[in-house]
Amino acid sequence: MDRSIFVAGAAGEGIQTIGDVVARCFLAHGYPVFVTQEFESRIRGGNSSARIRVADEPRNATREEADVLLALNPVARERYADALRPDGLVISADTTTNGGNHLEIPFVSLATAHGGQELYANAVAAGALCAAVGLPFTALEGVLSSAFSKRGEEIVRANVAAGRAGFDRAVDQLRDRPVEGLPKRDASYAFASAHETLPVAAAVAGCRFISAYPMSPSTGIITAFARETDLGVFAEQAEDEIAAINMALGASAAGARAMTATSGGGFALMVEALSLAGMIETPIVIVLAQRPGPATGLPTRTAQEDLLFALRAGHGEFPRVVLAPSDPQEAIELTIRAFDLSDRYQVPAILLTDQYLADSRFSLDSLDLPTEIPGDHLADPEDFEVYRRYAPSATGISPRLPFGQGGRIVYIDSDEHTPEGHITEDLRSVRPAAVGKRLEKAGRLRREIRPPRTDRTDDAELILVGWGSTRYAIAEAVDLLRADGRKVGAVHFTELWPLPEVELREGAEYWTVEGNATGQLAQLLRGALGWPIEGTIGRSDGLPIGARFIVERIP
Amino acid sequence: MTTIEEYASPVENQWCPGCPNFGILAALKRALVGLDLAPHEVCLVSGIGQAAKLPHYLKANVFNGLHGRAIPAAIGIHVANPKLKTIVTSGDGDLYGEGGNHLLHAFRRNPDITVVAHDNRIYALTKGQGSPTTPRGERTRLQFDGVQIDPAQMLATAIVHGCTFVARGFAGDIDNLSEILTRAIEHRGLALVDVIQPCITWGNHPVSWYRERVIPIPVEHDPTDRDRALALAIDVKDAFPVGVLYEIPPRSTFAASYRERVGDGPLYELPRIDRSIPEEHLARMRVGS
Repeated sequence: MDRSIFVAGAAGEGIQTIGDVVARCFLAHGYPVFVTQEFESRIRGGNSSARIRVADEPRNATREEADVLLALNPVARERYADALRPDGLVISADTTTNGGNHLEIPFVSLATAHGGQELYANAVAAGALCAAVGLPFTALEGVLSSAFSKRGEEIVRANVAAGRAGFDRAVDQLRDRPVEGLPKRDASYAFASAHETLPVAAAVAGCRFISAYPMSPSTGIITAFARETDLGVFAEQAEDEIAAINMALGASAAGARAMTATSGGGFALMVEALSLAGMIETPIVIVLAQRPGPATGLPTRTAQEDLLFALRAGHGEFPRVVLAPSDPQEAIELTIRAFDLSDRYQVPAILLTDQYLADSRFSLDSLDLPTEIPGDHLADPEDFEVYRRYAPSATGISPRLPFGQGGRIVYIDSDEHTPEGHITEDLRSVRPAAVGKRLEKAGRLRREIRPPRTDRTDDAELILVGWGSTRYAIAEAVDLLRADGRKVGAVHFTELWPLPEVELREGAEYWTVEGNATGQLAQLLRGALGWPIEGTIGRSDGLPIGARFIVERIP
Repeated sequence: MTTIEEYASPVENQWCPGCPNFGILAALKRALVGLDLAPHEVCLVSGIGQAAKLPHYLKANVFNGLHGRAIPAAIGIHVANPKLKTIVTSGDGDLYGEGGNHLLHAFRRNPDITVVAHDNRIYALTKGQGSPTTPRGERTRLQFDGVQIDPAQMLATAIVHGCTFVARGFAGDIDNLSEILTRAIEHRGLALVDVIQPCITWGNHPVSWYRERVIPIPVEHDPTDRDRALALAIDVKDAFPVGVLYEIPPRSTFAASYRERVGDGPLYELPRIDRSIPEEHLARMRVGS
């Protein structure tokens, strides 16, 4: 079983609620789901969808086609008609049929009749959808009861009654085409998005400070810290992204592990301070949650357009780390790693995510914290006779103290500076040494970066190279192509900078798969590693890459 | 007791000889010594410009960051370690121009920091362009026909936005300035001190011109009188009332609710959160039969 359900409608009609309820019904029944959100940048109206993919085993990648389309209004039905498979089922309040593949569910009137109010239309829709996909009513009853338990018995009762009405109406109409009931399974999954696990991981890593300016699709991160006060992170909404990163750098210099989160336009505003972090060798973790540009672009859509920007942003030359997790578990690992590398090497670390990772919930067997969490790398003030913040060393890394700790005085300057941290224009010895010190760290950092993951490359004639959020879609494309007899494999980067040295397998043809139009990873690999990348399968319309999209464009 | 010698810096001073910035430096040192603050208990934060070099010329912790961004950096430092006396010293171009937006929101946040604006009414390090406080009509090395726009009224803006300590000082009167700075540093909450610092290289008037026009704020002035404070704040061409314009009891300071949860020490002293907390968060993400 591998089914795709689209819940489509206007913003404000309850798409996310219905999607979440039905997804949880599947999970409660023991089936893994992958839910992705696709919406317009508005609060009311327009066209949006929640897409639920349910399978016997976790299938954590978007599917472009729908087996079932729940359309909450006629425009949504029309708009998503192309996505519906030929034998697909439509659920709507319309009276027009769909060659028999249509369930006519008057959401609002059933809600009023059975729940007492129009607002229970969502429960009616969820009920009809459950019936249409073979879920028993008890699954929905359980999810609605626990979802609304805090709001009181009356609300639970009304929701359940409305859900029952939608369920029964659908069952009535399904008499001539019975739906096979899904057997209940004894299974549970970790169900989360990468932006839900990331803040938890940051707190584990010792983060104590976040300042950020709200910007889709990054806003969930600071919101999580503000809401979940037990994570112990101070959260401040800055007046702009420039303030956000400068506050975080101040906090970091004073000894607090600090981060910020933004998207492309906000990151552009942060770039001067990114260079500052490089110059003053002060750790900071920046989440760059990508969306399509240029400029404001498509605020609520997804893209991988900022890879080269993240790698190159900033005036002057300084080392940095760029990591791109591919799922919620990797978001945990790489967030902890970003804090550790940033602190250990005293460089900025950028976590590249995107709207797809931010807003899609994955089903994973488990979500685990690493057994060992690296500690802090602050120096001990007792270790110095005379403390110099930028004291030379073989590694380029100087012992770091926060301001005033143990009675020590710390000088930090954005100007070129002496080992003490004072402004200098000594071009003969201080400047060359300072440049060398900073770049020495880059060389050492590179040896820490882990090589990309390889998947079935041994006999591959065609190798698909991706990074970040496309991992599962590419793996699924490899499955489909292998099933078709093609010898295809994949290489996937999640640690992107400093670019690790990677051996190429001779005799295979390499293509990148990326959420951009210009093949940014291809440019990088050709330029920095001399890889003979033949071309790019790129997507830049704002929608996520699925396996079908790749297979249809395979050379 | 802290001595003035402890604040001596080995760094070569790059200011023009005779610059009134030296007066601000002397007054600040005197205030810090008077408050018996040891150099490691103080963190000086600045942006870019001649004034922003001040932190190098005395011995205390320094964060000399980006142009215009001293305020957010200082806020971050203060949140991370409220035990430090965080003092911003930068110029009018840096604080009122490039970083004006940050100062505006800092008034609203009310962090317990002191902001000393060296107000020379000119861009000195870039050689004589108009600054946010250059009076209308004054000719500069860029506004050749005279400045065509009105000066920023940051002291008035501070009062309007609820800043709880607003003062004007004169770099040519070290005794008075060190008294004002002492009160500003002692104040719980954001304190803004705009210091008239005539530029002896690019300015349109010599120090003596300002000295003749500096007038002490009358002793009978009630610093809690907002209307009167506003009247004293709004720049007048020919007289500069010097002293504390506005001071009201400190309201709740920035990050208070967070500090109620974690105590008032430096954040680097906090242990990592107990592993059971994140484990619990991840456990809540598990769903199934």
